[in-house]
Amino acid sequence: MAMTGVLRPGFAQIRVLDMEKALEHYTKRVGLHEVTRGGDGRVYLKAADEFDHHSLVLREADRAGIDVAGFKVASEADLDALEKRVSAFGYPVEHVPAGEQPGLGRRIGFTVCTGHRIELYAHADLSDPKPPTHNPDVWDVEPHGMRVRRFDHVLLLGPDIDKALDFFEKVLDFRCTERVDTPDGLTAVFLSCGMKAHDIAFVKFGEPAKLHHVSFELESWADIGHAADIITRYDISHDIGPTRHGLTQGRTIYFFDPSGNRNEVFTGDYTYYPDNPTRTWDETQIGKGLFYYERQAPESFLNVMT
Amino acid sequence: MPAAFKIAVEGAGEATCYEGERALVAMERAQSFGRLKNLPYKLPVGCRRGGCGICRARVLSGAYRKDLMSQAHISEEESEAGLVLSCSIYPLSDIELRIEPPQVASKTKTATTSEEK
Repeated sequence: MAMTGVLRPGFAQIRVLDMEKALEHYTKRVGLHEVTRGGDGRVYLKAADEFDHHSLVLREADRAGIDVAGFKVASEADLDALEKRVSAFGYPVEHVPAGEQPGLGRRIGFTVCTGHRIELYAHADLSDPKPPTHNPDVWDVEPHGMRVRRFDHVLLLGPDIDKALDFFEKVLDFRCTERVDTPDGLTAVFLSCGMKAHDIAFVKFGEPAKLHHVSFELESWADIGHAADIITRYDISHDIGPTRHGLTQGRTIYFFDPSGNRNEVFTGDYTYYPDNPTRTWDETQIGKGLFYYERQAPESFLNVMT
Repeated sequence: MPAAFKIAVEGAGEATCYEGERALVAMERAQSFGRLKNLPYKLPVGCRRGGCGICRARVLSGAYRKDLMSQAHISEEESEAGLVLSCSIYPLSDIELRIEPPQVASKTKTATTSEEK
């Protein structure tokens, strides 16, 4: 499969109330590595199984939530072509110079109808630790904490997700892997730019620009149990799991970072091919779609966000 | 055993909160043991870390220590007026509080918010 245009989720920049607590959580507990600190106080983290410079940016602020979801595109030419298409759709495009985030090339940024800022970029430096490439061991630095392998996706909440679906399909060439339609209309969409069950998802909500969760990938179902042990041992606030989603079929556990941003670690979603039909859910089975074993979602999963 | 303080939850009952414990966590335990039996809805519990705002409450009396809380949910003026996120306060004496959940601006309106107003 030839991949062009948007390749994958690249980074999420999130707001934290207390940087030192956030760093302890994301490095020691979740298992990311600190790459560098910027002059403006932002801290750049990555998972060891990623080549790119960083995949999570922490910014200290007076409120939690998400600043930006960044996506890596295949080439500078693709970035230019996408800029034209975003502009033609009607979203003003802002240029962010190379190096505004250490290790990243120039970026383009725009705000979509759900109130979220999305950025695209074609270049990221390599940084350590990264996967070995010659006679490669399965890892170079021994995994720690929850042993996350990479940043996987974000789920965002906001209004007008019909239009977000339209934009991601028609302008960024994502495909809708799954959707939830209820008597209130389109309630959730899962979108892929590659072969994962989702690279971004949107759920309809009355307020714009909200973050539901930032997700990281694990190697196995056993690692979900290990993550659960870490959550209890270190008194991390737990939301739901270990369990499984009907939507994406991923095995999962949800918890909160020290600023209240929801995190997920998950594994085992299905492989999506671009000629696959969209999977659909209606209100009768939505509980099973959300949580396949419980067959209902706790209220906190639906009304708690940053 | 660490020192224990009483949290009187207005109209609902009483929780025992141990020194260094988040007020909300003590209230969750009290509800699970049936000690907030007059609370007509499930205790609003969210991130338990000061970010989501669901567990908003007003402290009517008593002393407490607090962690950072999202100013999207508790402004400085509200904080001075005794509004808190109950997940992010640690009682230092017996306290009285009133649960005052935020108005949720969407269809995910909860039993909690509809009971409140």
